[in-house]
Amino acid sequence: MPSVAPSTFAGTANVIAVIVLLTEFAMLRAPLLRSQVRLYAFQSLVVTALAVFVAATRHIDSLYVLAALSFTLKVIIVPRVVTRLLSRANVSLAGNSSLGVATMTLIAIAISVFGFFSVGALNLRSPVLPEAALAVSVGVILVAFVLIILRSDVVSQAVGFFSLENGVSMASLVVASGLPLIIDVAFLFDLMVAVVVFGVLMRIHHARNRTLSTEPLDQLRG
Amino acid sequence: MHLLLIALVAVPLVPTVACLVAPRRSSQIITIVAAAVAFGLTVALIPYAASHGALSTSILRADAVSVVFLLPTTFLYLTAAIFSVGYLRATDDPRGRRYVRRFYVGFNVFCWSMVVAPLVNGLALLWVAIEVTTVVSALLVAIDDTDGAAEAAWKYVLLASMGLGVALLGTIVMYYAGTKAFGPSYDLSYGRLLAGAPHFSPDAVRLADVLAVLGFGTKMGLVPVHTWLPDAHSEAPTPISALLSGALLTTSFYAIVRFFQISERALGPTFPRIVLLVFGLASLALAALYVLNQRDLKRLLAYSSVEHMGILAIGMSFAAPLALVGVLLHVIAHGAAKGSAFFGAGSVVRKFATKDLRQIRGGVSILPWSGTMLVLAVLALSGLPPFGIFRSEFLIVAGGLRDPNDAVAAILVVLATVAFFGLSWFTTETMLTPVTGTVPPRGEVSVAIVIAMLVGMVALVVLGVHVPGALNHLLERGARSLEVSR
Repeated sequence: MPSVAPSTFAGTANVIAVIVLLTEFAMLRAPLLRSQVRLYAFQSLVVTALAVFVAATRHIDSLYVLAALSFTLKVIIVPRVVTRLLSRANVSLAGNSSLGVATMTLIAIAISVFGFFSVGALNLRSPVLPEAALAVSVGVILVAFVLIILRSDVVSQAVGFFSLENGVSMASLVVASGLPLIIDVAFLFDLMVAVVVFGVLMRIHHARNRTLSTEPLDQLRG
Repeated sequence: MHLLLIALVAVPLVPTVACLVAPRRSSQIITIVAAAVAFGLTVALIPYAASHGALSTSILRADAVSVVFLLPTTFLYLTAAIFSVGYLRATDDPRGRRYVRRFYVGFNVFCWSMVVAPLVNGLALLWVAIEVTTVVSALLVAIDDTDGAAEAAWKYVLLASMGLGVALLGTIVMYYAGTKAFGPSYDLSYGRLLAGAPHFSPDAVRLADVLAVLGFGTKMGLVPVHTWLPDAHSEAPTPISALLSGALLTTSFYAIVRFFQISERALGPTFPRIVLLVFGLASLALAALYVLNQRDLKRLLAYSSVEHMGILAIGMSFAAPLALVGVLLHVIAHGAAKGSAFFGAGSVVRKFATKDLRQIRGGVSILPWSGTMLVLAVLALSGLPPFGIFRSEFLIVAGGLRDPNDAVAAILVVLATVAFFGLSWFTTETMLTPVTGTVPPRGEVSVAIVIAMLVGMVALVVLGVHVPGALNHLLERGARSLEVSR
């Protein structure tokens, strides 16, 4: 296949995807839980922008509805719920992590590069698909995994899961933008339920242990 | 017939709403009645699903495979509802009415989500339903409000959500694979996917299949993504443990089966089989070893679940229709056996006030009914005749021996024997040894527990001795639909 310059669509989608990935890295290293939540809100905003962009260039009107819903839910409601929990928790608001920032970032870089090239190696060619954007979404998902595994406080882990969902939404916008609206809405509704449940469990955890750290969570083994 | 489907989806919602306001006794009765109706409706679906094609509307769809997976769910819905009557009485709960209300509302919503999952039409809605089962069951795992329960619930919701994130990506990639056949916009209903699968883009289907097995495999308890499972099963209230093990794990397996069906049509059988074989062997091997070294009664049963999920995955990977019939029967028989085993464990834990296998002695002489049936249920889980799991494992192994690569069947037999050794060792040691030291008084915890176990054991014997004709047709039809016609 001859190499050609990417179309404006692919170029813009790739740029937005890279911004989302960079935000994910920033979340990974953000020391304060509040700044992590703010970064999540920003990341969701960028994903919403991608939805609007895809809607406009591909003329898929239903994506505007999706963008509006995802803006309300992921940019406003979810960050607010988590921030409220944090202000109630009234404990040290710095997150913990089991490794230093530099090590964590290096691991995340290695893993996202791995994800990027493995998706590239799959050869998912298509005339309309910005392949790089899909590979970057996989990178976002893998870095979210690193975040969940290495950060050891319940808030970071929950926010890590929410940002994983951002990575999946981004993948769905670039490779499955024609997905029926009803299904997109069902996915978002599910995210909302998950947010509520994560909130309840975080509150239970905090009420029992007076901390947001996951250190007390090592009783069950074998 | 379409009304039947709608009724089945609606029935568990009635007790959900009623339990919000009803007092405890009425909640129990309403739940049992609704569960019995749900089970009855599922049984009523069998003859149709066994002899016709899929029964479908735009949202709901039932074919032989989905009815097979509905059977253990609604069966355990009923038996766990009966068991809960005795379980909650024995609690003489200090937490009072609020606990009971939360328990029953959660219990019914959980069962509803597991009834809906095999009945929705399409991969996207299936994912949504399975995500709902996760969040509801995570709250139910946490309901006992102990340190262990809070820890188990957090690990469970986090790991399962991560897994389902991967599964969602798999679903989206499958959608993308289909755009090659259907154009950019279409719906993910099964009929369309199965018909169009041969024209999908094969690389994308491969990626989707692996992501789906890994993602839904997290909830099914496949090694190495099983780590939430023993914690959640041991810390949840016992009726919930039974539902998690007997119904939730197989509901996630159902999602894997659907991806398998599509991948098999798009790629030919080799690739999806190898994926399942790898995960299945890892699960069976690791679980068999963990069973050998357990000190906690409920964790022992949880690892036995991982073992059986491994057997299901391996069974799917055999290139023989016989093995597929075995897999579908195994889904049902495992539900019945694991239900009874957990109910028995619940009775023992109530009586001895411990889950520690070293402190439980003389179970059968202290609990003459539930203790005896626990021993029988564990023997059934180990694959002894005359119980249903004997027949299903026999079919799986017999199918495996016809596979050109029959070494896998031999490995399966060896590992299942190791697990049998571990399970029966601990059970005989705790249940059949003479009573020592200070012991609780002889006698059953509750009649309801005995009834729930008895129902499960009867079902197991029926499945083992003579599978009813309609059910047999259902299993055969289901197995045929899992094979590519060549």
